[in-house]
Amino acid sequence: MAAVFRDEAGRLTAGLVRLLGDFDVAEEIVQDTLLLALERWRRDGIPDRPGAWLTTAARRRAIDRLRRDARFRQKLALLEAEPANDDEPDDRLRLIFTCCHPALSPRARVVLTLRAVCGFTTAEIAGAFLLSEAAVSQQIHRARRKIVQAGIPYRVPGPGELADRLDAVLAVLYLMFNEGYLSRGGGDPARRDLAEDAAWLATLLTRLLPAEPEPLGLLALMRLHLARAATRFDAAGDLVLIADQDRSRWDGVAIAAAIRLVERAGAMRRPGPYQLQAAIAACHAEAPSWADTDWPQIVVLYDLLLRISPSPVVRLNRAVALRWVAGSAAALAEVDALSCALDGYHLFHAARAELLQELGRPDEARTAEERALSLTANRAERALLERRLGGAVSSPASPG
Amino acid sequence: MKYVLLFCGTEDDARQYSSMSKADLDDQLARVGVWFSDPRIRGGQRLQPGSTATTVRFGANGDPLVTDGPFIEGKEDIGGWAIIEVDHLDDALAMAKSWPARGVVEIRPIHESEQG
Repeated sequence: MAAVFRDEAGRLTAGLVRLLGDFDVAEEIVQDTLLLALERWRRDGIPDRPGAWLTTAARRRAIDRLRRDARFRQKLALLEAEPANDDEPDDRLRLIFTCCHPALSPRARVVLTLRAVCGFTTAEIAGAFLLSEAAVSQQIHRARRKIVQAGIPYRVPGPGELADRLDAVLAVLYLMFNEGYLSRGGGDPARRDLAEDAAWLATLLTRLLPAEPEPLGLLALMRLHLARAATRFDAAGDLVLIADQDRSRWDGVAIAAAIRLVERAGAMRRPGPYQLQAAIAACHAEAPSWADTDWPQIVVLYDLLLRISPSPVVRLNRAVALRWVAGSAAALAEVDALSCALDGYHLFHAARAELLQELGRPDEARTAEERALSLTANRAERALLERRLGGAVSSPASPG
Repeated sequence: MKYVLLFCGTEDDARQYSSMSKADLDDQLARVGVWFSDPRIRGGQRLQPGSTATTVRFGANGDPLVTDGPFIEGKEDIGGWAIIEVDHLDDALAMAKSWPARGVVEIRPIHESEQG
């Protein structure tokens, strides 16, 4: 049923917003319709043409709702006159840009996109983010009111604005993906998977904006992460680092398909941060082992990424890759140069600890490891650091 | 839709402004003048600095209390405002982004009952 909602909800909302010219009312009607479908379809089964069923039900609700509101008298005539047809233009791109508008808070963008475009119910969003339904409802209500009152338009941005606005959309999708991907492992199987929905949205975006390379890059990046997902946790539910993952269990078919996406994007000759991150992930995915990874290539890709979007975290990742090209001492010098910017970041101290250990400085390594541990609240990451801390005391850590 | 744009600046902006050369100042004023010639602007004015403000605040019992200074406590000060009439927020954002005098621009929609 989730798959049907995902395919139909966005079209339904998009069509209704276009017809009514009011995002607030249209989104509310679609949500009511989905809840009605959930109840009916559970009892009677999913109808043969679920899209048509939803469209009819939504229109009926819209007409009821509009009759009660004088503001919509003209729209009502329009709605009653215009026959419902199945091949309306795909308006979901406008819907996505509206839901991901920078005038909304980042969290509101995620929540609104899940509901209006992916057809999540309020309860499903609450489950995915471990929030109360009341809190999610309030957030959605506020965001819908802002769209109407602040005049956030229902449109695809013009050529001059597209690059910035597309970045905002991709950021929402990646946030959604990470929220799902990082919270995986031992979760409730009934919970709707945000990572899958984010990948679905990215696929939709590549179809709606076929001339843009960055959506392809983001989609490839997500697919490459998902191809390794099965090996991220061991049997005990503990986190396994990429260096130690069982590569024979990675999804080779998915990796090959994702690499074709990276190449397709690359052929457009407009590199961007998601394409570069996907290219780095592809280097890892193709490597037979951690040690036999194409590290010089990864360092080059990080250099390009730093030129486009410089950040201390990217510099840290580059330094970790540099260890395999120029050695531990050179890598440590790079890492130490970031101490001001990243002192509060647990992975900075974890990377330092590993390099110090390799350079035969176990006492400093231990201090860094303890600092890393004190900085993370994530249970799986804590367990991993604790295991490493145990190893650092009893025996020298073996690289890779 | 109608929006009010509030032009604000921090103390740093004010300092930078007072250290500008006569030529740079004239140049900026000219560009502000051009910006205000946009036909979508329905009105607007430049204000004296916050140090000239006087505030009347009504207490819980409804009595007015007069104090010196602006009611906003903080580093930012409102330097002026403009009313614009455009199709939607994206147009208002584009206008705000083209404001020549830097600082901060807040975009507020005018209440729906006053939109007509």
